[in-house]
Formats: sequence, structure tokens, C-alpha cells
Amino acid sequence: MTGKINGSLFPAGRLSRQWIGDRLARYGAGWKTPDFARRLASPLAILLLWELAAQTGLIPARVIAAPSAIGETLWAMIASGELGRHLAVSLQRAVSGLAIGVGIGTVAALISGLSRRGELVLDSPMQMLRTVPSLALVPLFILWFGIGEFTKIALIVMGTTFPVYLNLFAGIRNIDPKLVEAANTLGLNRRELIWHVILPGALPSFFVGLRYSLGISWLALVFVEQINATAGIGFLASDARDFMRTDVIVICLLIYSVLGLLIDGLIRTLERFALAWRPSFVGN
Amino acid sequence: MTTQYLCERPAVRLQQIVRQFGGNRVIDNLDLDIAPGEFVALLGASGSGKTTLLRALAGLDEVDGGRLEVPEARAAVFQEPRLMPWKRTWKNVTLGLRAGDARQRAIQALTEVGLAHRLEAYPGTLSGGEAQRVALARGLVREPELLLLDEPFAALDALTRIRMHRLIIELWQTHKPAVLLVTHDVDEAILLADRIIVLKDGRIAREIRVALERPRDNGQQGFNAIRAQLLGLLGVAVERGEEGAQEQRSGGESFPPAASRRALAG
Repeated sequence: MTGKINGSLFPAGRLSRQWIGDRLARYGAGWKTPDFARRLASPLAILLLWELAAQTGLIPARVIAAPSAIGETLWAMIASGELGRHLAVSLQRAVSGLAIGVGIGTVAALISGLSRRGELVLDSPMQMLRTVPSLALVPLFILWFGIGEFTKIALIVMGTTFPVYLNLFAGIRNIDPKLVEAANTLGLNRRELIWHVILPGALPSFFVGLRYSLGISWLALVFVEQINATAGIGFLASDARDFMRTDVIVICLLIYSVLGLLIDGLIRTLERFALAWRPSFVGN
Repeated sequence: MTTQYLCERPAVRLQQIVRQFGGNRVIDNLDLDIAPGEFVALLGASGSGKTTLLRALAGLDEVDGGRLEVPEARAAVFQEPRLMPWKRTWKNVTLGLRAGDARQRAIQALTEVGLAHRLEAYPGTLSGGEAQRVALARGLVREPELLLLDEPFAALDALTRIRMHRLIIELWQTHKPAVLLVTHDVDEAILLADRIIVLKDGRIAREIRVALERPRDNGQQGFNAIRAQLLGLLGVAVERGEEGAQEQRSGGESFPPAASRRALAG
């Protein structure tokens, strides 16, 4: 391109300039093709430097283990089924806590969102509870429910209820009143209005709340699995801390982030189906 | 004309309608009859009460006094299409429709407005004109005796508006509902309506019967005379055709002779 522009400005050198320009363009194109490889280059370089520093003793293993050691441990933990066992326990806690929390949040938001009386009864207690950081409830929950499974799941429930409640409530109340008016002129009764207009309209807000809740459920998991746990990713991490196994700690971190990514992908897929009507999705 | 629709039951009968917000009377003892199948345009400056009146007729708003008789079967189309974005076009049309063959009727209504090919489209993918046609189909599928149109063409571009004018007349002639069109576009009112009502401070300032032959266009004989008269009533000075204004009398009378006389004079 540059060659051509220069060529028109300097007719005498047109051919040679164009030739150089084309060569340059081809050279540039040759560089661009392995795009993912280019993006992968710097993380690989960091890994390599990390490995070298660990091998030469520049970074001691108690600060952080070498990537090769981490890989080895990861493989061993997968092969022995140890990782799978802990992962299953953690997932079970997260899923049951999340299911209960999202369930309560949804029902409460529907009650207070759809009726004034429900709002009067439910909204202020929910708003008050919302401001209590759920992790600050740990001592009280331990006193009430002991240090077993119940407390762990109850804490996840406490953390995941409110994002769904708040967002769904706001979603219901922010329905375009013009659409509600249109529905009224179409003769929809209250049940139909809720089903055909209010709930679908509030669905995007529900998904926002759900995403927050999912993030919080992981966060809570890291914390609650350090209270008297014998299994789970959080237990694995705190156990590894006691034995200064930095390789296991890094593996736990990796698992948290991979699971986070997977769940985000899952929600995205759900949204793609449930919110297919949104122009941004239709346009793909 | 007046005697003609006293014989049959009017589609709409308003008697001494009052609507006030605080101390402000938006509609002030208003009387209005609309005959079955009659196309009435309600013209007025903003704040003249025309939208309030339409909302009362649509059942979206209460009135503070007076008698209001409207048919059960009525439909409204607003300035914005007000389609549910999460429902496909045909589902929007059948929303609230309690009939076994709802889909079939939706297809028929959408075919009438020229959108048979967009049955499964989401409203977000429709153009403004298409969305407004869906809104029209949604109204018509209910076979209304009264169709309420609240500036339905105001947000459309000029070309689309011309097409919509033709479409609405076509649909009106096929289905023959009584139509009340709220607009502030004088030309639109003359092009479409049998009768134009000018609203001022919540009262009917003037009624004008438009006896121009259909299909109408704004180059038609007599068009400009009515236009000048209406603009005069709305407080916009026009140089030509002002002689028409003093010929008019107020209140529910018909003016075909006057209109043709003015047309000849102009």
C-alpha cells in the first residue's frame, strides 16, 4: 500500500517502490498468520523463565514451585483420583448452596417485585440482611449449626441469595410501563401479564444476578472449606499451606479459575438461548 | 349525516367527559359521538387533551366525570410499536388473543400488512415501519369495533409514512372499524379522516367534515382550503385560503357544500 501511494507521488520511482512495498506487505502478512502463536509467545516465555529460575535455585520451591513440578503433581493427583474427589465435594457444596440461594432470592424477588404488600413485608428485611457481609456470620453460624456441612452450605446460601434478589427485583420493577400499558389494551389478565410481559422482561436482570451469585459462591467456597473441612479444593489449599506445598496451592488456584471460566461459559450459553430475542444475540 | 348516525347506535358516545389533574382540567365537558366505521381525526396542539382523551377511550385512564360508552372490542396503536421484544412477531400479534386458531389469524393479519415473511422474526430485527405494521396487525387481529391510533406514524420517515397512510386506509376499508386518530399533522388528518375534530383546552373547538374523494392526495381540489382553515384554527397563520375560515360553523355539522364551494373559489 505504502508503495503505491509513494508511487503516485513520485512517478519516476514507481515500479521499484511498488515492488518494495509489495514485498514488505507480504513479509508483514507472513508474520500475521500464526496469530494465536504470537499471543502464546509471551506466556510461554514467562513459563520458561519461571522454570529456569526454579531450576537454578533463583526462586526457592517454598516461594513457588517450578512449572514442571506443578505439572507433575497435577498429573499424579489426577491419576490417583485425589483431585477428582476433592473437586466433587467442592462442586456439590457450591451447587447446593447456589441452588438454595438462587431459589430463595428468586422467590423473594417475585413476591416483593410483583406485589406491593410483598414488598412491604419482605423488602426491608432483605435490604437489612443484604448489608451484613456473609463471612462475618461465620462465628454465629458455627454456634448455631456447628462446624459441619450445614454451616458451609448456609454461608454459600447467604452470599448468593441477595445478588439474585436485588437484580430480579429491580428487573421486575423496571419493566417499561409502556409495554404493560400495551398488554392492558390487549386484554391480558394479571397472570398473563406476569408470564408474558414481566418475567421475560426481567430475565436479563436475573442473569446479571446469577452471574454475581456464581462468582460469590466460588469465593465463599474458598473460605468455608477452610473451616474444619476434610475434603474440597479449599481444604486442599489450606492443607497444602500447612505442608508448604506451593505446587498444590497453584493447582488449586488453577482449578478455581478454570471452573470460573467454565461456569461463565455455561451462563453465556444459557443466555444465548433464553435471551435470543436480544438484537445483539440475533446479530450473532 | 347527523341524523344518519342517530338511527344506529354510535360506536363511541362521550357525554360531558371531564378529566382533571390537580386543578388543571385537561378535558372539559366534552361531548363526542363516533359512528360505526367512521374515521375521525383528533387534531390539537400539545396539551390540548387529545392523548388524554384517547387514553380514556382505551381504558388506560379514568375519567373524573361524564358518561363514556365504548365498545368492548377495541384496539390501540401507539407512537411506539410497543411490541414485546422477547416474542416473535406472530406471538406478539396473538398476545392476549383467546382463540383456537390464533396462529392462523396472526398469519392472516400479518399478510394483510405485508409481513407474512417476518412471522418468526424478533421485534428487535424489524425496521420502524415494519414494527409499526406488526402493531397494526396486533390491533386488527382482535377485529376491533374501535381502533385507537395515537400518533402512530409520527416516528416514521416521510416515505414510510406515505405507505402507512395507504395501508391504514386499505385496512380500514376492509375491516370497517370506527377509528380515532390522534395526530398533530394537519395533512395526515385531511388525507385520512371523514371528520376532523380540533381540540383546544379540553373542548372541541371545531369539527370539520372532510368530503374529499378517496384515494386522497394533497394536490387534490379542496385540500388546501381545509388545510388553511385547520392551520388557522391551530394558530398558524397562512396567507392563502384564509377565506375558508369564516365560513365554518362550530359543532358537529357537516360541510360538504362549504368544502366544495371553497374548492371552487380556491
